[in-house]
Amino acid sequence: MGRKLLLEKAHVEGIRGYEVYRREGGYRSVEKALKSMTPDQVTDEVKKSGLRGRGGAGFPTGMKWSFIAKPEGVPRHLVCNADESEPGTFKDRYLMEFIPHLLIEGLIVSSFALGSNVTYIYIRGEYAWITDILEQAIAEAKQNGWLGKNILGTGFDLEIYVHRGAGAYICGEETALLESLEGKRGNPRIKPPFPAVKGVWDRPTVVNNVETLAAVVPIINFGSEEYAKIGVGKSTGTKLISACGNINKPGVYEIDMTISVEEFIYSDEYCGGIPNGKKLKACIPGGSSVPILPANLLLKTAKGDTRIMNYESLADGGFPKGSMMGSGGFIVFDEDQCVVRHTLTLARFYRHESCGQCSPCREGTGWMEKILKNIECGKGKISDIDLLWDIQRKIEGNTICPLGDAAAWPVAAAIRHFRDEFEWHVTHAEEAQKRNYGLAHYADPLVVA
Amino acid sequence: MPDDKKLFKVTIDNITIEVEPGTSILNAARKIGGDVAPPAMCYYSKLKGSGGKCRTCLVEVSQGSTADPRPMPKLVASCRTNVMDGMVVKNITSEKVIDARNGVVEFLLINHPLDCPICDQAGECDLQDLSYEHGTEGTRFEFVRRTFEKHDLGPYIQLHMTRCILCYRCVFAADQLTDKRQHGILDRGDHSEIATYIKQSLDHDFIGNVIDVCPVGALTDKTFRFKNRVWFLKPQDAHRDCPRCAGKVRLWTRGEEVFRVTARRDQWGEVEDWICNECRFEKKKASDWVIEGPTLISRHSVISAGHYVGMKMPREPLPEVMGGRKPKLLMDIHSVSEVNDPNIDLSKIEGPAHSTDFVNKG
Repeated sequence: MGRKLLLEKAHVEGIRGYEVYRREGGYRSVEKALKSMTPDQVTDEVKKSGLRGRGGAGFPTGMKWSFIAKPEGVPRHLVCNADESEPGTFKDRYLMEFIPHLLIEGLIVSSFALGSNVTYIYIRGEYAWITDILEQAIAEAKQNGWLGKNILGTGFDLEIYVHRGAGAYICGEETALLESLEGKRGNPRIKPPFPAVKGVWDRPTVVNNVETLAAVVPIINFGSEEYAKIGVGKSTGTKLISACGNINKPGVYEIDMTISVEEFIYSDEYCGGIPNGKKLKACIPGGSSVPILPANLLLKTAKGDTRIMNYESLADGGFPKGSMMGSGGFIVFDEDQCVVRHTLTLARFYRHESCGQCSPCREGTGWMEKILKNIECGKGKISDIDLLWDIQRKIEGNTICPLGDAAAWPVAAAIRHFRDEFEWHVTHAEEAQKRNYGLAHYADPLVVA
Repeated sequence: MPDDKKLFKVTIDNITIEVEPGTSILNAARKIGGDVAPPAMCYYSKLKGSGGKCRTCLVEVSQGSTADPRPMPKLVASCRTNVMDGMVVKNITSEKVIDARNGVVEFLLINHPLDCPICDQAGECDLQDLSYEHGTEGTRFEFVRRTFEKHDLGPYIQLHMTRCILCYRCVFAADQLTDKRQHGILDRGDHSEIATYIKQSLDHDFIGNVIDVCPVGALTDKTFRFKNRVWFLKPQDAHRDCPRCAGKVRLWTRGEEVFRVTARRDQWGEVEDWICNECRFEKKKASDWVIEGPTLISRHSVISAGHYVGMKMPREPLPEVMGGRKPKLLMDIHSVSEVNDPNIDLSKIEGPAHSTDFVNKG
């Protein structure tokens, strides 16, 4: 069993309340950081720990923090991105719901490192009940002197505000999030300037994911060296994976990034295998926007190595033969699932969530959805598949924010790996509609039927 | 020393130019001029914050700067990317750029109605020009296009959202020229639209300028709609003493009649001086204005740019039919015609004949 850093105490009775959390060793990292370290030392620790952003892009957190501009007399801000809206990803919800004080603790230490006296949690609108949980936790922390003026007598002031979004996926993109936080329409900004220079209200800002900020707590508690020992290579520490789809035990798991994908899917400790003795067909390892991988490429890399659940191994082979760690939304498909229908579902999502600011994404996502719908409904043509490929190619990389890429990648990967399934939908229109699921010959080579 | 500003050297399509730090790639390219300047559908140099949205001005940066010669990984929006010293940019010399630009034009056109024959903007439409250069003959889009109801924004302006390409220029213009912007973008994605809050009218002295900044026929002048085609009109620079604005305008006339008044535009199609509603909508008589003289139209429009000059014309059969006679009117070729009045001797009419010459004269 891998070591747990974030969710170790998540199921202690009453951990949601301050008393129990404190008794279980909560807020120790705040004491340590504020009393015995300078902000730069905290940043250094995070840098040395090798912590990478858990929101999807995997950018080294310490480096991101060191980029923040520090002009005289201009306040800086830390913004916590809790707008978790990627289909298949629900790890932050779990963390905030069960152990909210861990996030507050991480926020206090991180704000101290960045010199932010006003910190925001931008939470997705649908997480209404979690907003209440967080506000309760903030109130408790404030009562006990962890927030407010002159924390622990060190002269450091901090206020944390929770801001609810209004139900837009695009507001999870950091600059759209900042626009929305300022009360404007959530359109992504054009970069540069980056938020580290001009963020919320034109002040230097760092935007970090919930899990990233929570991971700062064990880094300070145990030290960066201890933290960096967990995991392999540049994938240090633990990662929350939200597993769903055709598995026996869906849920949020904390893994230490050394276990193999095969173990993650089949071991009883984690997903517990695929129900009803079905075979594994494909998997999206990191949230809906990362490329889908067929079973043969999922368990082993193109070179024949075992694929490990970490940043490097999942990306091995590049986009043609690999995928991404992403945000950790692990979606498993068994042999009965139809890739065409699934791709249509995602295309519909991205069409609905495109902000409409830049042309390729606004028009391209709608176009892709319409074509996929035709194919799914048995009205497709073989040439539509090439057209889809061409459209996604013209969206990818040509948009303001990564939503264009996120919409293009799933379509590209589905066509790349499951082209014959698309063709089968076109040539066997009637049968495809009756069965409403796809071909099964990608099934997992490991399980003998 | 402090006054001695260092200029940045930037090479665009193998042409090197020195520009001031802080200049965008697009503006540097415009200094070179000609085909090197990328097209821009949303960027408007006079509107702060505009640009970056339409993606037609994408260029390839093959060398970031002298200090950091790495190429930029993606194509960048030239209107919102500033030059660095020693930057090397490829615009029309890059296949990637042309490919992406063709893609963007296709995206812009899939939901555009292509009703140019009945659109007032035709002839001075940025999208028409752009698709002439980068579009394909047919479309690969086989679905019903997005449509909206037409919408009157007050007494002077009509919004035809179906034609809109969501460049946000009118939003920026209203935001920066007026003190109470009443319109913006509602909804999101491909169903987003320019609209006011529950059909309010746009009411401000300078709101008429949104018509000029609109790159397509989405915002049109209600006092000019369907009155004439722009290529039949003769543009003339004129001015008047206006208490609100600079009063420097362009009159679009045919014969003696002033059909419309717009602001003057520079060679990139951008307004030089914003004009007020009174100048634009109310002063439609030549006597209201001091006419400075005819305007040379810039390369801006497909029609005025002479794309059709130098074409090989098919053999003209008319002179043969006429047998040496000089026609005053096409009708003249019929010796007897229902529409022609045989009692009128065309040769006795001064100047070119007009349909009014035939009314109630027989």
